[in-house]
Amino acid sequence: MTCLETIQAYALRSIGIGERRLPRDDFTLCEQVTLIGSGMIWNIYFGVLAMLAGFVLATVLALGKASTTPSLRKPSEWFIFVFRGSPLFIQFFFAYFVFLSLKNVHPFFDPFAAAWLGALIVLFFNTAAYSAEIFFGALQSIPKGEVEAADAYGLTGWSRFRRVVWPTMLRLAWPAYTNEAIFLFHATTLVFFSAFPVRGQQGDALYYASYFADKTFNPFIPYPILAAYFILLTLVIIGFFGVVNRRLNRHLPANTRQKIKLRMNLIR
Amino acid sequence: MACYLTTTKHISLYWSVLTVLLLLAITAPAALAFGFAGASAARSRTAPVSWIGRGYIAVVRGVPDVAFFLFFVIALDQGIEYLRHKTLCPDWSEPIRQGNDFVVCQAAKMPLGNAPQWVHETYGFAIAVLTFAIVFGAFSANVLYGAMQAVPRGQLETAESYGMTPRQTFWRVLVPQMWVYALPGLSNLWMVLMKATPLLFLLGVEDLVYWARELGGIKTPRFTDYPHGDWRMWYFLALLIFYLLFTRVSEIVLARLMTRLSHGQATTAGDAQRKRTQA
Repeated sequence: MTCLETIQAYALRSIGIGERRLPRDDFTLCEQVTLIGSGMIWNIYFGVLAMLAGFVLATVLALGKASTTPSLRKPSEWFIFVFRGSPLFIQFFFAYFVFLSLKNVHPFFDPFAAAWLGALIVLFFNTAAYSAEIFFGALQSIPKGEVEAADAYGLTGWSRFRRVVWPTMLRLAWPAYTNEAIFLFHATTLVFFSAFPVRGQQGDALYYASYFADKTFNPFIPYPILAAYFILLTLVIIGFFGVVNRRLNRHLPANTRQKIKLRMNLIR
Repeated sequence: MACYLTTTKHISLYWSVLTVLLLLAITAPAALAFGFAGASAARSRTAPVSWIGRGYIAVVRGVPDVAFFLFFVIALDQGIEYLRHKTLCPDWSEPIRQGNDFVVCQAAKMPLGNAPQWVHETYGFAIAVLTFAIVFGAFSANVLYGAMQAVPRGQLETAESYGMTPRQTFWRVLVPQMWVYALPGLSNLWMVLMKATPLLFLLGVEDLVYWARELGGIKTPRFTDYPHGDWRMWYFLALLIFYLLFTRVSEIVLARLMTRLSHGQATTAGDAQRKRTQA
């Protein structure tokens, strides 16, 4: 097969389109790059959806944690503690087995035991908890003067939140939130390595990378390819979040703007 | 119930809890040592040494961690076997990489094929510790590097004006003062390290996750005295609670440690302490 044919056969393999059988021997570089790239579809799918849904829940949780009403504060605090205090790996396992037993109760829960929904929910809750902690920290450090100014203008309740508190919170939280986004995408590699089964060899990038490493006994080709894809993805995320960051900071004089500092660490 | 929880397999589960704790106890100082070496290297005034330090930090931090765990174990294993092969079997003529196979002579196998079971287990554990130490060493190198930069310049200048050599300045002034700046980052790292321990499962050590899956699975009366349905959910719930408790305890201990370290330091927390004692 030429490289072009390989790409045609395997580019969408991870979502079940194209050649059904994975290559078995004489692996070419092209096959490895194509299949691992095909697996990235899943990483992006999990990352983007969990991020979008998690953003909304995180805002709610952060407000809950900052609330003075115990009945609102306690649940948010517990939610954040549970998801930040335990390993994501264990959360995946636990969720999977919970969904498996729910499946026996009612067929409605069938899709939950599959990775595309079950793992997405776990990632969604997890990133919501981590982002909520970031947003909470930002809420606490909103300059007092800005809120007082809003009061002076007669803004209250929703309009004060919508026009003053929320944008400032996002502006302050954004650098840390960018890091959170990067870790979330890194964390998507855990999905198929924990409990969630791979159906019909449709896995994520790490699944294919370890497939090749297992078959060839040579980790020095697939894992660097995987690393390259992730570095590329990270650069895209940084670019996108940088644009948003510029927009959030557009009213500030150039020398007081917050730069996004990258702190690449953290496994969950 | 008491009988059920003390079957031989459950005893293995409790041993694996100890394995995790042992791993943490060995890895944390090892990673700190790697980090200290990395950070000192990155600060070095000799350019190549500084490049090595910076390169180590940059490379390990940029790559997804799980990939690192999977990659490192095979790479380390093959690297060790390759070196042993070269020294122990010099007259071996066939190439080591034969297509898709990695072939070394019998004497170079690590651990030896006829070694007892515990050697295999210890070897796997040692590789796991080394992997964790290398990966987390890079993270802590970054934290310590930042902490070293955060020590007020005046302190170092004072040390120099007293005629201390760079080595003395480093050990007597910089190192004792940097911990208070490093601790928030390091405690963060400790939490992360703790939560990374289930990844041992990926490294092939029979850890908590392995046993929870093994013990929770459906047991039929034919093979065991204690048949039960699919209990894996409950086993993982127990693991979840175990980690949550561990997190909580660590949080409390680290908060105490921070109070201790801030004592007498020129930071906001240290200042607040001083005022409280004076008042």
